[in-house]
Amino acid sequence: MIEISRLTKKFDQFAAVDDLSFKVAEGEVLGFLGPNGAGKSTTMKVITGFLSPSAGSVMVDGFDIVQNPIEAKTLIGYLPEGAPSYGDMTTLEFLNFIAEIRGYRGEEIATRVQHVIREVELESVAQQTIETLSKGFKRRVGLAQAIMHDPKVLILDEPTDGLDPNQKHHVRELIKNLAKDKIVIISTHILEEVTAVCTRAIIIDEGRIVIDGTPAELEEKSKYHHAVSVRLTQDYDLASDLQGVSGIGDVVKEGEENSFTILASNSDSIFAKVSEIAQRKQWPVTEFHVNRGQLEDVFRSVTSQSQGGE
Amino acid sequence: MQNLGIIFRRELMGYFATPLAYIFIVIFLITNGIFTFDIGGFYLRGQADLLPFFSFHPWLYLFMVPAIAMTLWADERKTGTIELLLTLPIKLSEAVLGKFLAAWVLTGIALALTFPIWITVNYLGDPDNGVILAAYIGSWFMAGGLLAIGSCMSACTKNSVIAFILTVSICFTFVIMGSPILLNALPAWLPQFIVDAFAALGFLTHFDSISKGVLDIRDFLYFTVFIAAWLLASAIVIEIKKAN
Repeated sequence: MIEISRLTKKFDQFAAVDDLSFKVAEGEVLGFLGPNGAGKSTTMKVITGFLSPSAGSVMVDGFDIVQNPIEAKTLIGYLPEGAPSYGDMTTLEFLNFIAEIRGYRGEEIATRVQHVIREVELESVAQQTIETLSKGFKRRVGLAQAIMHDPKVLILDEPTDGLDPNQKHHVRELIKNLAKDKIVIISTHILEEVTAVCTRAIIIDEGRIVIDGTPAELEEKSKYHHAVSVRLTQDYDLASDLQGVSGIGDVVKEGEENSFTILASNSDSIFAKVSEIAQRKQWPVTEFHVNRGQLEDVFRSVTSQSQGGE
Repeated sequence: MQNLGIIFRRELMGYFATPLAYIFIVIFLITNGIFTFDIGGFYLRGQADLLPFFSFHPWLYLFMVPAIAMTLWADERKTGTIELLLTLPIKLSEAVLGKFLAAWVLTGIALALTFPIWITVNYLGDPDNGVILAAYIGSWFMAGGLLAIGSCMSACTKNSVIAFILTVSICFTFVIMGSPILLNALPAWLPQFIVDAFAALGFLTHFDSISKGVLDIRDFLYFTVFIAAWLLASAIVIEIKKAN
């Protein structure tokens, strides 16, 4: 259990994190979202004990990160932003170093290092110096380092940033596999990642929580929740057919030709109604599907105030 | 304490993983040779001691040691590995001390590799080997003092070149503090105890007596306290500056 209560981190007068409180329990994968500069990385740096809080506290499994830093840090595996590692060491040397610091001795070191190398598929670059590796491999070395001691708490700052789609998929699978009975906090601004791996998402803006809920709950806040998208073979006046039907809101023309999105005016499903009308009026439909809601849309709407003010 | 050893080994291995350690050692040995034989007039003096060898060390260290020290923390900050290092379950003191010791041992290795000159002087004459050993230890402690300054300066900035320049400047101040050139330049109206205190803080005052074979515990105490103070300052600077 991680307990963050009334956490504030100030740089001079600027509060990067402002009175933040939340708890994360075992088994949860928390997606930490927010625009650049919202305070995601700062929060993670405070949780991992790199920066000390200006006010408030962070408890990791009962250990205060300020009072008992060593005990708390022992429980945490951390991938800092940009996955820094010692470039002049080989992958193997670097991981050996981490294993030793994490308290492994003798033969355990080799066993453990081989295990994480297999886990993140680093076999091919084990003998290469880290500075010669590609971005994807460097990131995986960072991940390997973070999971070295099978930590109870895994904190990953933009773990898939700069990876190609295959690597992203691989890292997400890895996180999902690791997540059982662990606490995982991932910061990202790739919203699809939240639906892909997270069980819960927090959006922060200007150091404060603006939304906290499951990905599904977040999607419900979207104006596209329950909206029906249709694609037609030719132009057709959908709006007039739908006029006056209860529960149906605007019809939005999408960028693609003959594509429309029919929004729900309240949170009830409109699928049945729309499909009934479409059959009756014989719409020239080629595609027809229901939206779960768009996180991007929610993200923009809850974090837009500050952006607009600039 | 175990972590201290692990960090120490990693750092030392890091020096030898790149050409840095080898270049440092080679240049150190060559310059030492030039200073001792050409400028120091090792043969011309006709005395079987290593005074010309050791008397150049403060000036040699003035540029060699900051070159080693400049990357200590500046590079960690620049590459972001400081965040990795300080979120591992280690104490800051272990990191500061481990890094310092690795650099100090590197200068120790370079110093030890000057042994042919010791063999030479023993072949040519009958020197007082006790004095030579004392001077070696004194020289190594002096290098430690300069390294500790370098550690602190390196913690002040992300830019290792700036760290180098700062370190050279501060080291220069401490090296010349006890020298007659500076002491004579002090205004005459200064009370004697201030002049004495000034001289007592300088490296040369302490190193000169050690290199002449006067083994005074106070001289070693001076360097030990000096190193401890600058390492403590390093830790404080790292703690304050790590956020930016």
